[in-house]
Amino acid sequence: MPESAPTSARAEQPRRRRRTATKVEAVAERPRLAVRKTYKLFIGGAFPRSESGRTYLVDGDNVALASRKDARDAVVAARKAQPKWAGATAYNRGQVLYRVAEMTEARRAEFTVLGVDAAEVDATIDRWVWYAGWSDKIAQVAGGANPVAGPFFNLSAPEPTGVVGVVAPPSLLGLVSVIAPAIVTGNTVVVLAAGPQVAITLAEVLTTSDVPGGVVNILTGHAAETAPWLASHDDVNALDLTGVESPELATDLERAAAGTLKRVLRPPAGGIDLAADPGLHPMTALLEIKTVWHPKGF
Amino acid sequence: MFEYAPAPESRSIVDIAPSYGLFVDGAFDEGKASFKTVNPASEEVLAEVALAGPEDVDRAVGAARRAFGAWSALPGAERAKYLFRIARIIQERSRELAVLESLDNGKPIRESRDVDLPLVAAHFFYYAGWADKLQYAGFGTDPKPLGVAGQVIPWNFPLLMLAWKIAPALAAGNTVVLKPAETTPLSALFFADVCRQADLPPGVVNIITGAGDTGRYLVEHPDVNKVAFTGSTEVGRQIARSVAGSGKKLTLELGGKAANIVFDDAPIDQAVEGIVNGIFFNQGHVCCAGSRLLVQESIAEELLASLKRRMSTLRVGDPLDKNTDIGAVNSAAQLARITELSEIGTAEGAERWSPACRLPDRGFWFAPTIFTGVTQAHRIAREEIFGPVLSVLTFRTPDEAVEKANNTPYGLSAGIWTEKGSRILAVADRLRAGVVWANTFNKFDPASPFGGYKESGYGREGGRHGLEAYLA
Repeated sequence: MPESAPTSARAEQPRRRRRTATKVEAVAERPRLAVRKTYKLFIGGAFPRSESGRTYLVDGDNVALASRKDARDAVVAARKAQPKWAGATAYNRGQVLYRVAEMTEARRAEFTVLGVDAAEVDATIDRWVWYAGWSDKIAQVAGGANPVAGPFFNLSAPEPTGVVGVVAPPSLLGLVSVIAPAIVTGNTVVVLAAGPQVAITLAEVLTTSDVPGGVVNILTGHAAETAPWLASHDDVNALDLTGVESPELATDLERAAAGTLKRVLRPPAGGIDLAADPGLHPMTALLEIKTVWHPKGF
Repeated sequence: MFEYAPAPESRSIVDIAPSYGLFVDGAFDEGKASFKTVNPASEEVLAEVALAGPEDVDRAVGAARRAFGAWSALPGAERAKYLFRIARIIQERSRELAVLESLDNGKPIRESRDVDLPLVAAHFFYYAGWADKLQYAGFGTDPKPLGVAGQVIPWNFPLLMLAWKIAPALAAGNTVVLKPAETTPLSALFFADVCRQADLPPGVVNIITGAGDTGRYLVEHPDVNKVAFTGSTEVGRQIARSVAGSGKKLTLELGGKAANIVFDDAPIDQAVEGIVNGIFFNQGHVCCAGSRLLVQESIAEELLASLKRRMSTLRVGDPLDKNTDIGAVNSAAQLARITELSEIGTAEGAERWSPACRLPDRGFWFAPTIFTGVTQAHRIAREEIFGPVLSVLTFRTPDEAVEKANNTPYGLSAGIWTEKGSRILAVADRLRAGVVWANTFNKFDPASPFGGYKESGYGREGGRHGLEAYLA
């Protein structure tokens, strides 16, 4: 599909991430025309346009404007990927998350050129590493043997709740701070992201880091439009509202989530403190505790 | 079958007053509009209790709020001592409370005496020990209580559900307003007296009686910080909607439709005992009841013959008789629901069977019943009946068993019967349920977390996990 003709304003004003002329361009007769990136959605490991055909303009780019149908397709992809991702060993999931940290490190320039400052990229990489280490430890911290009064083997262990709908805060670190705790334990996510270029660049990192297709699905557009469809979707198990700024919208979404009794992570009072130790809650809120009893005897 | 002479427990140990007010701020007040609570085994009126309106709820929440400061500031070790005291008083009064529970609820005295009351005392003992160790519970180094907890409990295990709610709340430093179920208010009112005996500071525990509206006033009260509810999934949904946006912490223990899966290598006699316990314990008024029996096709005939033989020995009747296995259905309304769904079972083509048994003339009774030839589409396989009615389905492979077991919006509990250890663990891994009993069923313990997946609610009660609901 051809790109729409640039407006005169855009032609005059180079975009902030356009690189300065390189040596190759300098020797050419006229400056080389850059090949621009098209920002689409990230669903099931692929980068489709919105089925609605809609885009919206963000910093001069036409980015995909996700629709209800895209949200539903993303839930289907997330559901399909969930059993295998949860069934992977914790060690394996930890390695995949660590690989995401490696790839973010390798691609840091792609984020800084989008205006993410270097310290935030550092913090983002560190957050992936932090969560990577939790994959094979959270079960011991959140579960364990229960000393019941009888001859029983009794063990509680956490399991992922399933498919999580996420309204992400509008920064790279915010985005990663809601995705990583959900997926490290074996959930799959449908993320409604603000800041589409950063989010889709993150998707490119994920897709080159052995994160299986469908584990993370990213929709760009207006959360106020798509989030209600996730909140009322019967095949979504939990809703993370960390990135919802409007208290009215958060209340409406929480109410809609009651239809199938989804687990709801409410927006933190006063907004998320991205610099703070995340603690266990972002992970445990998306876990189910299963307790198994078995008699002991000869 | 042996003939048994009647062996009734004496009810003289319980002194029920003709009427009860609300227990607010450490004292019983005069109840206003009142309603009657009846013995479901005889339809005799046991007492009149107050129907709390919005002003009463407001008063109770106010009392809990005033008590919160001092109670939460008390050293954990001191709160622990109050809870230990309560546990001890319950032990000392357990016969009285067991008889009371059977009178008001209709459950067999054997169960209230041997299951409910020991677990009630054990719960207070268990959480008493946590009160001065909260910083070691894994919820941060300085966990804080939430404030006033509004708690609404059901009628199937009145005093046990009270213990599950109040013990962790108080241990964590919260104060509570608790509403027992409309049809079983008495043991909670007796518990108020236990609190007085323990010299618990006024306002720390408030008991308000009433029906659905009273519960709604409580959970919607703006000065309540925490809502805990055990009951039906439908009411749970309404509560989740009404709490949305308020910031109140919410835990819900809702309905279930548990699969009890019997594989072809299971020890049949043990499995039959487990099936009977799973569905007929407490007249099947159990949210985690094993109400769907999934039996491997190759042993279905043998198992059902054995199950029917065993069901023929169940004694239905006087809850206070120590030989009674199945007591009275708790209310006329519940009996009507069980009757209606059972008729739908027959109408939809399932085959109904009950042993020959004489039911008493007065009171609310339902004979133990099984349906065979049930498909997954039948309403008796999908909806919670909450009575002594078992739906039997068959399967051929473990995959099919898991598929059918998980084919429900509920996810509270499940059972597995097989001698093969690896199969137990693999099936348990794949069941979407909060409690899985392998070669046993309906086991409870204060140290063991209980609660559901999916539409069976969220949050856990019991164990270290149960503290999370009451800490910030």
